[in-house]
Parts: sequence; C-alpha cells; structure tokens
Amino acid sequence: MDGFRRLAAAAPFRKRLHNHGQTLAREGRKVQLMEVCGSHTMAIARFGIRGFLPESVALVSGPGCPVCVTDPGYIDAAIDLAGRGVIVATFGDMVRVPGSRTTLARTRAAGGQIHTCYSPMQAVELAQKNPASEVVFLAVGFETTIAPVMAMLDTAIRQKVANLSLLTAFKLVPPALSALIADPEIRIDGLLCPAHVSAIIGADAYQPYAAKQGIACVVAGFEPLDILYGLDGLVQQLVTKNPHVENQYSRVVKAAGNPHAQRIIDHYLQPTAASWRGLGTIPASGLVLRQEFSWFDAQQRHNLVVQPGRNNPHCQCGEVLKGKIHPAQCSLFGVACLPDQPLGPCMVSSEGSCAAAYKYS
Amino acid sequence: MCLAIPMKIIAIEEDGLTGTVDLDGIRYPVGLMLVENPSIGDYVIVHAGYAIEKLDTVEADARLALFDSLAEVYRRESGQEVALVAPLQPGTGES
Repeated sequence: MDGFRRLAAAAPFRKRLHNHGQTLAREGRKVQLMEVCGSHTMAIARFGIRGFLPESVALVSGPGCPVCVTDPGYIDAAIDLAGRGVIVATFGDMVRVPGSRTTLARTRAAGGQIHTCYSPMQAVELAQKNPASEVVFLAVGFETTIAPVMAMLDTAIRQKVANLSLLTAFKLVPPALSALIADPEIRIDGLLCPAHVSAIIGADAYQPYAAKQGIACVVAGFEPLDILYGLDGLVQQLVTKNPHVENQYSRVVKAAGNPHAQRIIDHYLQPTAASWRGLGTIPASGLVLRQEFSWFDAQQRHNLVVQPGRNNPHCQCGEVLKGKIHPAQCSLFGVACLPDQPLGPCMVSSEGSCAAAYKYS
Repeated sequence: MCLAIPMKIIAIEEDGLTGTVDLDGIRYPVGLMLVENPSIGDYVIVHAGYAIEKLDTVEADARLALFDSLAEVYRRESGQEVALVAPLQPGTGES
C-alpha cells in the first residue's frame, strides 16, 4: 500500500500540474474538474490534494455519495416500516440521515428494531434467525453496491428465505452524469471517474461523454498518487485539447467492466426514473426489481409507497451535490450542521462533501 | 464507502460461492459470486462483503514501478531521501 502514498512521487505531479496551469493561464483558460465518487472526495480532502492544483484548475465534488442523494421520503418509509414492527437492516451510514421529521437512529432509540450491517448477507442471517418476523433491507447504493445486494438476493432465493424484502433506492452513475452535463448552470470540462463503480460498469461507459461532449475522462484509483496522476491526466487532456477516456485504474477496472456483476444486476432489476436529492427526478437513473421478483419488493409486500419527503429548507446539500457551491458556503455548515448533529445528508455520511470538508478543514 | 485495499483469497468453500479473505492477518468471510473463477491466492477488491473484481497484479506492479521512478526522479533532483508519510501536504514535498 505504501507505494501508492509516496510523498516524493507527488512532487513531480505538483510540478507537472503547475506547468499545465501556466499553459492554461497563458491561453486565458480556466477549467473545472469534477470528482463523482465519495471515496475520492474523502481522499482529496484528507490528503490536501486541492492544494496541488494551479489557480486555473478548479475541482468540485459531484453526487458521489449514495446516502447523500437519497430522498428524505425514503427514510420516512423505512421509519414507517420500523414502526410496524418490521426488522430494518441497513448499512450504518443510513441511520443518521434526516428524514422529513426524524432519523432511524432516533427510531431505534425509541425501540425500533434497526440493525446495521457491513454486508447485505447479514440481512439474510437476520431473516433466518427471526423466522416469525419480516426483515427489510435498505437497498441503497450505486452500481458497486447494487451487485453485492443482488448476489445476496440470489442467495436468499436459493435458500428459500421468505421473510426478507428490499426497499430499493438504487441509483446509476451515468444518467446522473448526463443530467449534470446537460445542466447549463454547471460547467464540467473533465470527470475524475469513480474507481469501483467503474469496476462494475467498465471504463467504456464514459466514452459518450468524451466522444460526444468533449469531456476529458480519467478512471482513477483511490490512493493519493492515483488521484494526483488522474488529475494530471485530465489537465493534460484539456491542455492538449484531446478529450478521451483514459483508464488509469486498469489494475482493477476493465474496459467492459465485470460481466458477472452486470448479468446478475440485469437478471433481477430493470431501469426506472429515480429522484436524486439536489438533482430532481432523472429518467432511467434508478433500478427496481423486475415484476417476476416483486415478492421481494418491500413496497409491494408491505403495501407502502415511498413519497417525496421534506428537506430542511436552509440545507444546501442539493447545491453542494451539483458542485455549485462549496460546503463552507452553506449558512448551516459548521454552525447548526455538524458531523455529530447533521442537518443534511452531505454532513452525515463520512463520504459526504460537507463531512469531508469539515473533518479536514 | 469503498475499501480500496486488495485482500487475498485464502480459502474457498465447496459451493464455490463463498470463501475467506485475508488482510494483514485478519480474516473475513467473502462472497465470491461476482468474480470469475476465483482461486486461492488471488487478490480481490471487496465491497459490502463481496469480491467485486480481481486485482491484476501485473498492472498493479507496473503502476507502483511508475510511482517509484517518479520518486527516484525527485530524489535525484532534490538530493532528498524518499519519505513515506501521509497525509500529503502541498508545499515543499518533504516530510
């Protein structure tokens, strides 16, 4: 691991980025890059990577944290289920996300059965241990997480686990990127593409952005040198006006992605419109269970409809998620909204832009 | 939350769908359903308890070699020894 954190190897990148910056400045150009992965956001904050960039290169965070883009109405639905005596199994970072009125953490303190899991397989174990109860797994995530959750569902079906269902709020990264790129208020010249989402969907998924929209794309790993090398690659593409898809994380990511993961996702799920906090409803940007698997859909099994929820009116997570403002520009940031009492989702998740900005500011 | 650290497969159950990975001596159960022909000794990227892709060790070594050569350039130019520290800070490039 240490080889990917060699401080000395960062020095040449600083020099190269500085030289690129001078070239851009001479041409009177300013470019804006966006990272669209929560783990990149965290690493960029933690390692002070913005300080390596020249003035002519801006780096903004995109909607790269699945928890952060989840509508509060989804949390309300999960709380509703817990109130009915259903056992709710969830990834840990969902429990503190504000719904319209309260959080899963407070619901748990009031006696709701809410179990945190690091792996969806634990939801299967919970269902097997509690055969007289219904278990609902909060199926939230991007492509990286969707594949493991479908592998879990496959196991549950094979083991004939009948008391488990999924409350799905899956989101797909490429449609969100398309929506951001189409937004006239946001300028994106280059995309630092996510590492592990790309492991599933493949580096070729970004070809349309490069070919049709002239956006520089680099798939980069999570280590600080990976990120610096990725940013260097993006700026290099922009300086030479040669936008294309460069896969710098080929030790994990293949051009066509992971066909096993794609097959299992496609077997169980079909595209649907999805509501993203900050971005609104984006067509075909979510996935729901196919009709033949509707038995495992918690909304159908528990006769529940996820309604849009209510956001804190002062919370600017939506603007943060679109890269329109930096977290510190939100009036709540660091004052009323803190990591231990978050008002908005970007402060809840450790991958959220606000949490990362607060922790490493 | 993505863990970027590759883990080594040290055991595979008879069904081929589950196994054990090792990271620095700590062992974790892992789902192997999403990777092709997992074998003992493979390094995998694990997400939410499942291996989502194998690590191509040739590519990984090539990238490390590149970073090593960059560090070497720095050492030659600056006369400073290579230091291993985190977090990185912009500025002088020294620890």
